[in-house]
Amino acid sequence: MTEFGELWQTPLRDLYAQAVNECLKDALVDRSQIQSAWIGCMSSGLFNHQEHLASILSDYAGLNGISATRVESACASGGAAFRAAYLEVASGASDFVLAGGVEKMNDGADATFCLATAADQEYEVYHGVTFPGLYAMIANAHMHKHGTTYDMLVEVAVKNHRHGAKNPKAQFPAEITADTVRNAVRVAEPLGLFDCSPVTDGAAAVLLAPVEVAKDLGKPLVTIKGSGHAVDAIALHDRRDPSRIPSVGMAAHKAFEHAGVTARDIDFCEVHDCFTIAELCCLEEIGFYEAGQAGAATLAGETALGGKLPVNTSGGLKSKGHPVGATGVGQIVEVYEQLAGRSGARQVAGARLGLAQNMGGSGGSSVVHILEVK
Amino acid sequence: MISPRYHREIPQRYRLEAGQCNGCQEIHFPPRAVCRKCGGEEFTTINLPTSGKVVTHTVCWIPPAEFDNQKPYVNAIVELDNGTRLTCMVCEAPPDEVTVGTKVEIVFRKLQEEPKWEVIKYGYKARVVP
Repeated sequence: MTEFGELWQTPLRDLYAQAVNECLKDALVDRSQIQSAWIGCMSSGLFNHQEHLASILSDYAGLNGISATRVESACASGGAAFRAAYLEVASGASDFVLAGGVEKMNDGADATFCLATAADQEYEVYHGVTFPGLYAMIANAHMHKHGTTYDMLVEVAVKNHRHGAKNPKAQFPAEITADTVRNAVRVAEPLGLFDCSPVTDGAAAVLLAPVEVAKDLGKPLVTIKGSGHAVDAIALHDRRDPSRIPSVGMAAHKAFEHAGVTARDIDFCEVHDCFTIAELCCLEEIGFYEAGQAGAATLAGETALGGKLPVNTSGGLKSKGHPVGATGVGQIVEVYEQLAGRSGARQVAGARLGLAQNMGGSGGSSVVHILEVK
Repeated sequence: MISPRYHREIPQRYRLEAGQCNGCQEIHFPPRAVCRKCGGEEFTTINLPTSGKVVTHTVCWIPPAEFDNQKPYVNAIVELDNGTRLTCMVCEAPPDEVTVGTKVEIVFRKLQEEPKWEVIKYGYKARVVP
């Protein structure tokens, strides 16, 4: 994984190649053994005026001749690419498959406009709705239904920055106070600047192989125990309850069923905290908490490092950064590092089973993976 | 956004037309190709009621460029009297007068003036019912 941040001097293709090179060096696998790549990217056409990533990125990373495909599912592009790579390996078609994700958001384009294409252009964006606006409406509905307070959202931001301060690759590796969050400018009420994930450049890549092949590599053996993916209506008003994000629950249910485990078995997780309210919704949809209970649990410290379910030990999208197409793969990198016991100051003691949840738009798509260390 | 899209006829935007499933009577706004309830593919066009209430809302302080001259403005999900929901702006009221449950009516308004293509865009907004 590259560092995440405003990387003005690094073009799109270099971000991807850096992530691939680091991944292959770590895996001790030669480039010539790679058969295929799945590349998550939301909107290089709008951000960088560049499509056809399968060709340009694979070529630049020295992978000509492989099968390569770009995957787009808005901010869930990385998770969807990882799932495609997993299915290719699981099918027996290939032995060494890359799952990559990349987004170069600081390249001169209007990021708010580009990101808004993940919502319904004709029935949401046309009426002036922004992404912070959609999550603000989710937050208001959640507050109205469950009595969720702004202090609960504040704690999500403070906690994730505390985690991110221990992550050298994070975009904003600094602790913040509750007052910083409360006093920041409002973006879409009730959400302020510090409720929102940043605009980020970055790439991540992981290598997948069959267990029989992977166990001979001499690396910590992390297996994919469950994989789930679900789409739902793109427009928030088309879902029955705007305080909920059902695609997350549907994807999690599939992943848990596949893995043969329940939410109670999970030691730690990375969830899609594109906005502070999203972390609470996702924790409830996945089943870690009953609807309306994740906020109180966050205030009580249950989701912090050292708590009973550490959430977003990487700093999450909030502090680590959110290069949209790379985020889903970046989450997998964090889960892998934790399971391999390589997370240093933010290591979860005894981590054996981790979950990663990646989401597109206001919840029009979601991907959940469960990873286990053998 | 480019102008040809705004030469297309969009009756649901200008006349609040919805599709009612001939099989199960479920109402879809905007119209759909397939009924999400029963899977039906045949629909009858109906007009939606214009009165309803706010389900959830936000005050937008950092809008896209084409809405900059209207900030701060309220966006809301409105539930019309027959249960249909849509997203729109709430106009002609101070933002702090809008809350969950506020009664509104749908009205026809200018929505945006796009600087680059000089396209004036129209559609529906909600107005607080006194």
